[in-house]
Amino acid sequence: MSGQKPRTLFDKIWDAHVVETLPDGTALLYIDLHLTHEVTTPQAYAGLRAAGRGVRRPDLTLAVVDHNIATDASRYTGIVDPESRLQVETLEKNVVEFGVPYIPLLSERQGIVHVIGPELGRSLPGMTIVCGDSHTATHGAMGALAFGIGTSEVEHVLATQTLLQKPAKNMRVWVEGTLPVGCSAKDITLAIIGKIGTAGGTGHVIEYAGDAIRGLDMAGRMTLCNMAIEGGARAGMVAPDEKTFEYVANTPDGPKGAALDAAIAYWKTLPSDEGAHFDKEVRLRAEEIAPQVTWGTSPEDVLPITASVPDPAEAPNEVRRAQMQRMLDYMGLEAGQKLQDVKVDVVFIGSCTNSRIEDMRAAAAIAKGRQVAPGVRALVVPGSGLVKKQAEAEGLDVVLREAGFEWREPSCSMCLGMNPDKLTPGQRCASTSNRNFEGRQGPGGRTHLVSPAMAAAAALAGHLADVREYQPKESV
Amino acid sequence: MQAFTVLTGIAAPMPQANIDTDKIIPARFLKSIERSGFGKNLFANYRYMPDGSENPDFVLNQEPYRKAEVLIAFENFGCGSSREHAPWALLDFGIRCVIAPDFADIFHNNSFKNGVLPVKLPRAVCEQLMEDSRMGENARITVDLEREVVVRPNGEEIPFKIDPLRRHLMLNGLDDIGQTMQHVSAIDSYEAKQRAAQPWLNR
Repeated sequence: MSGQKPRTLFDKIWDAHVVETLPDGTALLYIDLHLTHEVTTPQAYAGLRAAGRGVRRPDLTLAVVDHNIATDASRYTGIVDPESRLQVETLEKNVVEFGVPYIPLLSERQGIVHVIGPELGRSLPGMTIVCGDSHTATHGAMGALAFGIGTSEVEHVLATQTLLQKPAKNMRVWVEGTLPVGCSAKDITLAIIGKIGTAGGTGHVIEYAGDAIRGLDMAGRMTLCNMAIEGGARAGMVAPDEKTFEYVANTPDGPKGAALDAAIAYWKTLPSDEGAHFDKEVRLRAEEIAPQVTWGTSPEDVLPITASVPDPAEAPNEVRRAQMQRMLDYMGLEAGQKLQDVKVDVVFIGSCTNSRIEDMRAAAAIAKGRQVAPGVRALVVPGSGLVKKQAEAEGLDVVLREAGFEWREPSCSMCLGMNPDKLTPGQRCASTSNRNFEGRQGPGGRTHLVSPAMAAAAALAGHLADVREYQPKESV
Repeated sequence: MQAFTVLTGIAAPMPQANIDTDKIIPARFLKSIERSGFGKNLFANYRYMPDGSENPDFVLNQEPYRKAEVLIAFENFGCGSSREHAPWALLDFGIRCVIAPDFADIFHNNSFKNGVLPVKLPRAVCEQLMEDSRMGENARITVDLEREVVVRPNGEEIPFKIDPLRRHLMLNGLDDIGQTMQHVSAIDSYEAKQRAAQPWLNR
């Protein structure tokens, strides 16, 4: 429209979904896709039942189980943990009672909710997407507005297909230049959080822009947007482009034919207009990013793998000094110790951050023809049944198993210590997941966040390692 | 939802930034299908020793903070997961208000839905309140949502601001689904319009 104020990608999707604006400026926002899982829905369905309400749009709702699921063969014989079983059975009862489409545990389409949404072609550009899970930000990689909500909001969306929301502010993170060898989307996203801090995006939606972002494949964009929440942002987004359209065209449930053409014509109108206003802009050079690893218990406490553990004595103030000391004590690290000398007990390759086929390939490329160090337990957990199937078709499972990695069944696995895959107190893990909080992977567990290639390198070395020294062997 | 009007109670000091939702309630305790019962596992990794006994150094295990109704913390409280179990656990323990310089967005939203009031005050004020909250039995502060003031033990009043709609819902203990249901005809017409314009969204 001529004369209209230039708008951002976020503004356009927001404007297209406002059902009504309440007198105080709160919007009633329409939700195009509601993804649900077993952990954050039981109380929402109980609330609906108590109020005599139904699910307004079961067709825009999709349920799957992921958080509680064991990654061994026990999925085929029944969930062992009684509480986990009750939670899964409760979801299975609720989806029947309320008529919500459900992907059962034993379907090959089962997987982590943030892997299957894009993979199946359910998460599309221009959509509003919510889920009772903070890593819903992942779906922003499709050029959608996707954010995590609590259980009361899950109930609100189930009942009304809308949410009461105040608009977010716009933030843009530019990453320009060429990403060095050995670096991936995970290193970009960790470097961004290192720069802006874990509250750097609070109240904002981040749009990632620049040629280094354009250069990422869709899986990389998902990794990037996945951790927008670790930067405090409500959501992360990448404008849809030809890569996005091609990705959608190859999904099993995405629009096809004339519907796809019409959709693409609309999606092409979504990227931010020239001159659109951003409340905050941050710039990084891709060349300056090195393989990243976290040393503390917050994702912002991240450094290049070549660095040493920082010294609390050099902290800018007393509050930070005490915080750093607490983190080093928890992590069992000494100031000045080289990060590459830090031995690991466990390596976890998986989670909604890094469990797509591209991540499996990255890990296998490093592992091929090499061996996991003695005493290290290394798990590879594909993000969905479809990822697992594809990886097996490519022989990646064989490469990984031969190198000494465990090849497991799709689940959230060791990301959050809610299923049997957990660290024991004091165990140290190089993990491709998204949070290194105290106890996140199990009480007393110590987490170092890294990319899949870095995790594979750590498994081979037995300590945190620079993946650039473990580049794929030419011929094996 | 329980209404929140005026609360006078013991404030407990938690002088840390980035108190994340895994600290507030670890994931292994999210397996309940109920909304209640999470209080015993609030801050479980800090409140209990590995053998399950109480950690005497943890503030909520000390008198009078065992009956704290307010928490004072520093920046980015509630960061991390979207789990509403975090405000459920606070509420179940008896904490109705958290005062901090700022809050992570999803936790902030979730708290309002459960009658747990998140009050944002500048860092310097939070530091004063942190000192107040170390006064044991005298660490009693008042949080008045009607008047939007925090009253320190010395009687000094500190104003704060809450979004008017949220304040209204909280003062009256209202469920916002009922509120939204009043707009159902607008939702119907939005759906009809969207169905025509973007048919690929409908399955």
